[in-house]
Amino acid sequence: MPVTLELPVVLAKLAGGTRRIAAEGTTVGDVVADVAARYPDLAPRLRDSAGAPYPFVTFYLNDEDIRFVGGFGAAVADGDELVIVPAIAGG
Amino acid sequence: MTATIVPAASASAFAALQPVPQQCRLCSVIAEPQPLAICEHCLGPLDPILDPRRRLPSRAEIAARPQSIWRYKEWLPFSGTPVHSLDTGFTPLVDAPRLAAKLGVARCWVKNDAVSHPTLSFKDRVVATAINAAHAFGLETVGCASTGNLANAVAAHAARAGLDAWIFIPADLEPAKVLGTAVYNPKLVRVNGTYDDVNRLCQQLADRYGWGLVNINLRGYYGEGSKTMAHEIVEQLGWRLPTAVVAPMAGGSLVNKLKKGFGEFIAAELVTGPLPRLYGTQAEGCAPIVRLVESGDDRITPVIPNTIARSLAIGNPADGRFAADAIRGTGGWVAGVSDAALLDGIRVLAQDTGIFAETAGGVTVAGALALAAEGRLRPDDEVVLCITGNGLKTVEAAADGLRQAPVVAPKLREVAALVDGGY
Repeated sequence: MPVTLELPVVLAKLAGGTRRIAAEGTTVGDVVADVAARYPDLAPRLRDSAGAPYPFVTFYLNDEDIRFVGGFGAAVADGDELVIVPAIAGG
Repeated sequence: MTATIVPAASASAFAALQPVPQQCRLCSVIAEPQPLAICEHCLGPLDPILDPRRRLPSRAEIAARPQSIWRYKEWLPFSGTPVHSLDTGFTPLVDAPRLAAKLGVARCWVKNDAVSHPTLSFKDRVVATAINAAHAFGLETVGCASTGNLANAVAAHAARAGLDAWIFIPADLEPAKVLGTAVYNPKLVRVNGTYDDVNRLCQQLADRYGWGLVNINLRGYYGEGSKTMAHEIVEQLGWRLPTAVVAPMAGGSLVNKLKKGFGEFIAAELVTGPLPRLYGTQAEGCAPIVRLVESGDDRITPVIPNTIARSLAIGNPADGRFAADAIRGTGGWVAGVSDAALLDGIRVLAQDTGIFAETAGGVTVAGALALAAEGRLRPDDEVVLCITGNGLKTVEAAADGLRQAPVVAPKLREVAALVDGGY
């Protein structure tokens, strides 16, 4: 079973209206690269020009902020859920 | 996207309330008025656009208006007439000469939002604007992710406005903040997790249910309410600017909005002089913005909070980089303080000014003392300390270290024994 990537509504428009995308990879970075390759309009909102996470989104792997579990290098397993939310919220 | 700016000045005194359009702080794309807080193009924050052609009031006109945030309505993100929470704002600015002496500055005042109406924190300001935005957008349900004070404010303002409220808080918040929300009978949900977990959850909920979550999708309109703290400081100082302002930081929005508020009154020629130096304070157990400023980086490194200053316990502050920019841009700095120091700060403030602040206020005072000790405050400074919440909300934290009151029989000799014994 692949990893599921969930997009916020604001980004789903860049993926043809899809909010849940099945993707492959062994790390978060692999999964993001897979999705970025298939949805080029979405790609610049997933990674910056240096390949790092786009600064105005936050990635959560199974509800954990990936910055606490290794960032794009964090390992993923079949059935994991990667959720993206906009970074500008709260406070 | 394009937008037509509705001129606030052309609206009649009782025109229907209409939120203004918003513009992305990063890429300048304009968004029509809607419950949306981030740019659909680049995901940057949206800020309300005030019509530059609107007629601005004079000092005298402002002074003649009711004492609330709405006396500065030309700088709030609406045209037309607000309908809810009309009596929030205009909290006292308290002269604090003994605190000034401790800080080694010429003057010190406390901006005392610990007595904000109706829920005793500065969050009443932001919720007052957000509730009006929700009304204008026809939303029937509001809500928030909160570290406590916002929960109190959303629950109270929503109850008064007749709106349903869904409020999400960390499960282990201080009891007074839980009770001070539940009393208004919202749908209060306690989440096993940190504030940052709650915030992430609320973003997912906003997408699913379309509620007006004040600090999620109404955030642009919400944040503008904070500017009124700066507006009031200027007016209450007799239309003068302080030279320095010290404020606590959680998400980082307040520091940024203080800068904006002072800047607006300078631009309007209601006051002259340089922007005050802005100083931000956090508890060491959750100091991502302090670390950002100290490091000179441009990206927040999130932390897992570990401090008794629960109202500031945001490990992933949304406005962190903007707060850092505001602090650097005004020549200010930051201070991180220990939990022990913030408790001392609460006592110093209480015993020097008569103001009982919550833990965040202790962070402000302790931070100001630390900044003074580092030589960052000057002998000729006129400093304002922003106290954002009431001490009765965090009594558990403040209780440690206070002198225990003796219990006596109602007999003169027992009290005389205390007096004579040097109590």
